[in-house]
Parts: sequence; structure tokens; C-alpha cells
Amino acid sequence: MMTGTSIPWRGTLRTGLIGAVVTVFLSLVGIVDVFDARPLIAGAISLGQTALVLALLGIGYMAARSVEASRVQVVLAAAGAGLIAGGALTLLILLGAVIDIRAVFLHASPKLYGTLTLGLGLGGSWIPAALGAAIAIVGGLGSRLPVAARRPLTTALVALLLTGLFAGILRGAMLTTSLADLARLLFAPLGLTLLGAVVVVVVVAGGRELLTYTRLRDRVRALPPLRRRLVTWPAWAVVALVVLVLPQTLGSFVALVIATVALYVLMGLGLNITLGLAGLLDLGFVAFFAVGAYTVGLLTSTSEFGIADWPFWAAIPFAVIFAMLFGAILGLPILSIRGDYLAIATLGFGEIVRLLAGSDLLKAFLGGPQGIIHIPKPIEAPAGDFLYGPNQIYYIALVCAALIGFVAWRLRGSRLGRAWLSIREDEDVAEALGVNLVQTKLLAYMLGAAFAGLGGGIFSALIGSIFASSIQLFVSINVVAIVVVGGMGSIPGAVLGAVFLIGVPELFREFSEYRYLLYGFALIAMMLYRPQGIMPAKFAEREVHLDTTALTGGPVMGRPRSP
Amino acid sequence: MAQLVAKGVTKRFGGLVAVRDFDLEIEPKAIASLIGPNGAGKTTLFNCIAGWYPIDEGELLFEGHPIDKLRRDQIARLGIARTYQNIRLFPGMSVVENVLVGYHQHMHSGWMGAVMGLRSVREEEASAQAEALRIMQFVGLPGSGKDQSSNLPYGEQRRLEIARALITQPRLLLLDEPTAGMNPAETRTMTQFIRRLRDELGITILLIEHEMRVVMDISERITVLDHGEKIAEGTPREIQTNPRVIEAYLGHRATAPAAPMGQDAPAP
Repeated sequence: MMTGTSIPWRGTLRTGLIGAVVTVFLSLVGIVDVFDARPLIAGAISLGQTALVLALLGIGYMAARSVEASRVQVVLAAAGAGLIAGGALTLLILLGAVIDIRAVFLHASPKLYGTLTLGLGLGGSWIPAALGAAIAIVGGLGSRLPVAARRPLTTALVALLLTGLFAGILRGAMLTTSLADLARLLFAPLGLTLLGAVVVVVVVAGGRELLTYTRLRDRVRALPPLRRRLVTWPAWAVVALVVLVLPQTLGSFVALVIATVALYVLMGLGLNITLGLAGLLDLGFVAFFAVGAYTVGLLTSTSEFGIADWPFWAAIPFAVIFAMLFGAILGLPILSIRGDYLAIATLGFGEIVRLLAGSDLLKAFLGGPQGIIHIPKPIEAPAGDFLYGPNQIYYIALVCAALIGFVAWRLRGSRLGRAWLSIREDEDVAEALGVNLVQTKLLAYMLGAAFAGLGGGIFSALIGSIFASSIQLFVSINVVAIVVVGGMGSIPGAVLGAVFLIGVPELFREFSEYRYLLYGFALIAMMLYRPQGIMPAKFAEREVHLDTTALTGGPVMGRPRSP
Repeated sequence: MAQLVAKGVTKRFGGLVAVRDFDLEIEPKAIASLIGPNGAGKTTLFNCIAGWYPIDEGELLFEGHPIDKLRRDQIARLGIARTYQNIRLFPGMSVVENVLVGYHQHMHSGWMGAVMGLRSVREEEASAQAEALRIMQFVGLPGSGKDQSSNLPYGEQRRLEIARALITQPRLLLLDEPTAGMNPAETRTMTQFIRRLRDELGITILLIEHEMRVVMDISERITVLDHGEKIAEGTPREIQTNPRVIEAYLGHRATAPAAPMGQDAPAP
């Protein structure tokens, strides 16, 4: 941050150069011209343009933040930074006219230049610089708005972006219902309609303002506990209803996505015990996933590899038990290893299991790369039934996730939960207080393994087959990322983490390889600006239930209170 | 019979001998002190007793049991608890949770019972919390203990560390510089409190301390370490007049032995 005494231009220059890198990068990797074809608001602005506009708004905001004093200074700083960021694009266009950079950067095409100059080509090469300055000024002035005005604006902007991005899915869902006419009004075949955009902004910003104005949240908090339940329980019931009805309305592609999300929620909650509570960084989660998946595969498959032809429901307990035993066998020798070294050791185990599953050695039993096929669904449901296809997996995973969440919550408030947390915080001191490290860590590891096995078992039923290629390091990494991004030790965090890291990239399939680019950026930004996770385990959530009657020797009720 | 016995204890770190051929006997319910210049090996000795470092030679006996091959948790279960020179709380846990970790070994409910919320588990949890609050009141930690432990003021963090050690129900308590960083008033309170631990709870106290007033005030026996070796042992009066001790502290012969030691603690 620049102080009043130093030259604000230095901060402006730095912000501007950062902006230049961002805008040129967005253009050269192709985000600008590829997504120029995909409107955010039909007829008004494309996604490619949105990316540039957002970057420039951010640059203006940052530049304004680096100066202190007057509005004039803010405007100048933002304009300067925006001019540099946009000017870089002007230079890019001029450079492209002189030498052929397209040989290296495929996307540095006339089409890109056309987009950047609003169709004017070389003659309009000044346009990005001018627009950059203008947009950055808007962002800069935005930073000086009072909070009461800025908040509804940013909320509306985010809502606009989200509805625009998910327009296809929302439209599809509404078209199948009686809301079809409304859907055609609000959504174009691609993106929002102009009317839709206005409606979203008005509804969201207005709703947000209404919430602030009525101070609904404070009022509910101020209610006595019994009356508060009258408000909160129906609210949760609505959430539960939405979660239950979701796959029925959204079509088969989305149903598969949310079934996968539910599966990862389940595994995230499992690893949340190992990593979030006990602090054991387990990068070999996929090993137990594999044990569960192959157990269900072997026990239920009707193919040549099936050994029992059992129903899913008989096989799944064995998947859990085998994974747990496997966890004990792997855990015992390595749990005395600490921190990063444990991560490497578990990573090694995960790779061993992956390679074994695909090896010729076990090909006679596990099918090698060809895997085990013809794994029946848990419930035979005809097409059109509400349990058809991935939907039943969604519900099964949801029930299991709820179960694991319950287990984690109960354990967290118990003697074991405290022992795990103490190990996470300082395992030497924990041991010196009488906590048996091997026993306690092993239990956390085995429970995590058991839930990974459960996830694997359900996965094989979801896909209907299990191949060695499904046993990927990426599964482990994803689950770890879910727990870390969601917030270590936080149950709602694991749910949100799975939605953002698994669900959102799947839903963004139309953006092909770019979604993982953004995924990577999102992860880095997350760790920089919010390392504690989306929804960290609030300190108060772990607070133990202190009943005053326990002190006076009256009737005791030591149950931990709901967070 | 002595409660804690060290016979010929030697601890090396590579070529450095941190503790050499050390003998010590501490009677039950005594208050004993370890003093010595910085780097004399006092904390190393604590770490050997509490099972943090394996010793290279000699033996350690607690109430007749050899403890030098045991893990830290086993030693804790036998009845030895400790505090740390630099306070080591579980910063992300609440005050009462910190204390309850020390009660872990006295609780027996398993994970299945906890998941099912069995009545016995709930009752055990309730009585554990009552015990934790009782101990917190004893050490003088106000409130319900729901605050995050790292938010406590320094003096209370020290007391929390002692509370966490006390709830393990030790018979020997190792205190590593319990008054470090305290003002004179706090130091006096802490000194009285240490005496209460012995008088009211019957706990043997072994402390490392730099504040000579504290040491001379409450110790019944003092052991002086220098360069890993015991150079003197005796009552506070004997130690104050011991020429070797004075030399170790001041580097050369001093003319007025008692006065500087009583007033100035060597800088830590």
C-alpha cells in the first residue's frame, strides 16, 4: 500500500503492469476470442468481453486502493492503471500488425483483434487503451462508494455472472416445468436475455437490500431459542427439499454431476476426520477408494470376474470393512511418520495400489486395464422412475454423507475428537498428556479409509464398472483439495468444497480445457486470500457443551450441542 | 524411598554432552529446584525424565519403576506431568478443551459409544467437564473456558498449562520456569500457588527457575547444574554460600555471595 507521502504513481504503475499481464494473458490463451461466441447477456456482452471487463474493473479497484486522498487522485490512479492494462492490448494489436506472432500464439488472430477493437481492426487499436481507462475508472470509483451502495452492486454483479454462466442448465430445468414461458423470457438459447439480466440484478440487489434493511439475520438471532427454531427449521426444510428434488428436475447430465458431487462430499467428510481433525495429510486416499470399489465389483459383478453375484447392499458393508482393515495394515507402519513425510509415504501407497490394480499380476482377478464390468445398480428402477440411473446413487451417497457427517460431528465433541485436535495442534504435547499417538492416529486413519471404501463402492455402482484407470492420484488430490478449500475440520466446508471443486468444473464442460486453468487460478487465489477455507470450522462450533447443572451435581446431559 | 531417582544419567547430542553422569533423588511431596546458568542442561534433564529424549546411559526410576524406556504417554499415565519453558498450549482449542485433553487418559469411552451417544459416554463427558471446571477454578482461571486458549493473557496461559498438567492427576509435576515473564506481583502469586499444589494436593514439585527469590523461597532442596554436571546440591542456605555455585554464576570469585543472587536473576 502506498502512503500519502510517497508517489502514488508507483503503485499505479505496478497495478497497471499486473493488469497488462492479465489482459494480454486472457487474450493470448484464447479466453477472449473463444468465449466471444458465448454471450453472457445475449446481444450485449460476451463471456470473453466479461473476462476483460472484470479484470479491468479489478485493476481500477486495486489502483484506487493504493492511493489515499482525493477523488481526483483516485480517478487518475485508476485511469492510469487501466490505460496501461488496456494499452498493453493496443501494443499487442500493433505488434500483431507488424510481425507474425500467430506462429507462436495461435489465438493472436485477426478475430481477436476484431474483438478487442470492437470490430474496427487496426484503425481502432486505440480502443482497448481508452476503454481500459474508462472501465478502470468505474472500478476505482466503485471502491470509494459507501458500503451500503457497493454491497448490493457487487452481489448483483456476482449473481449476474453466475446466472449467465449457468443459463443453459437453468433454462433447461425451467423448460421441463410449467415455468417454460418464463424461461424463454429470461434466458436466450445461450446466456441471459437483456430482460433476464435486469430481472436478476433487480431481484438480487433488492433482496440483498431487503435483508440488510430488515436486519432479518440479527432479528432471528435475537429470538429466544425455541422461537428461533420456528424460523430456522422451516428454512432448513426448504433446503432439504431442494436437495432432494434437485436431480429430478435438472436432467440426466446434471443428475450425474450431482451424484458425483454427493460422492465427493461423502469422501471429503471421510478425509475431514483424518486430515481436518487429526491433521494427518493422507495423499493415498485413492488406495482405500480402490479397495472399496473392487470389493463391490468382485462381489456383485455378473461378468466373469464376479465371484459372488451378491446384491450391492450385501457387498457394501464388506467394502467398508476391507477398506478399514487395509487402512489398519497400511497405517500401522507409517503413522509414526510426521507431516510432510507422511504425505509422501501415503502417496507411495496410493501409487502402489493403483499400479497393482492395473498390473498383469492381478489381471486374472481384477481384470487389469479392462477392469470389472457389469456391476449392477443397487436398485433396479425402470427409466423414468425417480430412482432411475444416477439419481439413486445421488440419494444413496447423500444418505451416506449425512451419516458420515453425523459420525464426524459426534466424534468431534467426544474425547477422541479432542485427542485428534490436540494431535493436530501439537502431537508431542498431546502425547505427554497421556494421549496414545499410535492408537489415536490409527483410528482416525482407519475411519478415513472406511469412508473412502464406502465412496469407492458407491462409485463402482454409479459407473457400473471399475477400471484400473479410475484409480487415479487425482482422486486423492481432489479429496484433499475439497477438505482444504472447504475449511479444515469443517463439515459444511467439505460440502461446499465438493460443490465448488467437483460440481462447478463438471458443469462448465462447455469451457473445455479452460475450466482447469480457472480451477488452478481459483485454488491459488483461495490459498492466498482465504487460506482458512471457504467455511472454516468456526471456533465456536467446536465449543463443548457446558451445562451448569454438571457443576452443581444436578442431572447431567453431556451431549454436545448442535453447531 | 525416593519418588524420583536418577542414577548416572548421561545424554549426548552428537559430540555434545548435555547431561553427564547425573544423580538425583527427590522425596515424595518435596519441592525441589534445578538451577544453573543457561545451557546447563536443566531442560534437557526434564526432557529425559518426561520421556522426550532417550537417555544414553544411566537409569531413571519413578516410584520404583524404570521409566527411561517408556513413551511419553506411558510416563504421563504413571503420574508425571510437565509444563514448558515456552508455553505450549493447543492454540486452536478452547480453554476447557485444552484442560480436557489432559483428562483423556482417565476417560474410557470408545468411538462407537461416542457416535451412538450412549448414556455412559454422556455421563463420563459431563463428569469430565465438571472436573475440568473444578481444576480451572483451582488454578484461578475465570469464566466458562469457552474462549480460544491463544486469546488468554500471558499469565492465564501459564495457569492453563498448569491446569492441563494437574488434571492428569500427577504425583510429580515438572515446572519449567513457571514465573518466566511475570512481574513481581504475579511471581509472588505463582510462588504461593506452587506451594499450594504441594500442600493441598500432595504433588511433588520439581522446578527449573531463574528467579532466585522464588527458588530460595520455596525450595527445600536445590540442585545446581553447570555444563551438564551437578556441581552442588543442598538446602537454599547451603547453595547460597557454596563457592562453586557462585563461580558458575558469576564466572569468578565474588565478594558478596548472597546479595547478588537474591536480587538479580541472570538474564534468561
